Amino acid sequence: MISIQGVYKNFGQTEVLKNINLEISTGEKVLIIGPSGSGKSTLIRCINGLEKVTSGKIVVNGKDVTDKKNKQHEISKEVAMVFQSFNLYPHKTVLQNLTLAPIKVLGVKKEEAERTAYEYLDRVGMREKADAYPAQLSGGQQQRVAIARALNMHPEILLFDEPTSALDPEMIREVLEVIIDLAKSNKTLVVVSHEMGFARQAADRVIFMDEGEIVAVGTPTEVFDNSTNERVLEFLSKIL
Amino acid sequence: MSGQFASERWINFFTSYGNEMLQAFLRTLSISIIALVLALVLSIVFGVMSMSKNGLARAISRVYVEFFQNMPLLILVFVCYNLFPLINITLEPFAIGCIIIGLYHGAYIAEVVRSGIMSINKGQFEAAYSQGFTYLETMRYIILPQMLTIVLPPTAVQAANLVKNTSVLAMIAGHEIMYAANSYGYSTLNYGPPLVTAGILYFIICFPISTWAKKLERKRDIALEGRGGER
Repeated sequence: MISIQGVYKNFGQTEVLKNINLEISTGEKVLIIGPSGSGKSTLIRCINGLEKVTSGKIVVNGKDVTDKKNKQHEISKEVAMVFQSFNLYPHKTVLQNLTLAPIKVLGVKKEEAERTAYEYLDRVGMREKADAYPAQLSGGQQQRVAIARALNMHPEILLFDEPTSALDPEMIREVLEVIIDLAKSNKTLVVVSHEMGFARQAADRVIFMDEGEIVAVGTPTEVFDNSTNERVLEFLSKIL
Repeated sequence: MSGQFASERWINFFTSYGNEMLQAFLRTLSISIIALVLALVLSIVFGVMSMSKNGLARAISRVYVEFFQNMPLLILVFVCYNLFPLINITLEPFAIGCIIIGLYHGAYIAEVVRSGIMSINKGQFEAAYSQGFTYLETMRYIILPQMLTIVLPPTAVQAANLVKNTSVLAMIAGHEIMYAANSYGYSTLNYGPPLVTAGILYFIICFPISTWAKKLERKRDIALEGRGGER
């Protein structure tokens, strides 16, 4: 459960987020869309503490992320993130990418971390690449590994920051399939993306942001098919 | 040959002083190794501090680097040798050499480490933080291992510089190569052979290091090319 209460975020003089209020319940699959610069990436980066809010409060599973006393370590148990540029550790093998943080941060035993790592690699179809290095993989494969790495922290919440934006069209599909498959689980997913495939097949709710504000919230049908909001319509006409 | 390089001057030098030169060579070598180890440890500590979010850590690192980069090595050595005894700190020239040269080159290598950390993609820090690693853990498990190939060539260049800089210890009776060569010349007025020999001995230590640095550099550039930037 994520509760975002009156969040503002400034970068210098620029207001990137303006009074964001949003509740995401456990197990919900939420898609955040909007033009670039609308603050959607900043918003999900605030959820796991990568960005500090200027004011307001974000509570994740009862833990106040915006409270400085709460360590990143505590937040990482609840929330994992998948990045646009994958950010795998290039000096580690695929398997080590999955097990490093569970062993060092969560204190999981190596055998146990590897056992679950193989399970998740199976799930994203990357088991046979367990001993490869990231540079030997295609972009789509790297992103699937990054998803498995996030899963191996056993988070309740997964954040996706434009997970397919850096991929060639034929690779978008393989990554999207993995994310849509994940949506069948009881994990909470918050996805920043323009992928209609995810929106139509998996999203419970679509949030449209523009200029740092939440402009529209609703089911995919409500936002994509029945919206009357001008800014939403303008944006949709550009991407569809 | 005649004059300073007459053959009997060489013969006299090697027969009466060969053993002393060998001892001096070994002393230069051991001072260099100890100073280098100290410099490497300091450079990692201060290099990591220089990129920390903690302002105090950054400031301390900055002061250290600026002080040693802008102060002649010779003055530091003289201060330790001549001034410290007045406040009841007496150090052997050997110890002064190891400590001061270690501190001095630690500052230079700390800058190499800092630029190495800066060369790592910001996404690596973000991935590590998002997985709950602290700053020091991020450095240890993710950033430092990746930058090793990047910082090794300039560090090797610094190591060769360090060896050459041990020669300033001649001014405080350091009993290393430069001191031995100079004192033989001084007492016999036979300067040619000891100075040429001293030069050759420094070259013997430094040339392999420099060559190794170049080889590492070439290897690194190939590796970076292979990585092909962002994928």
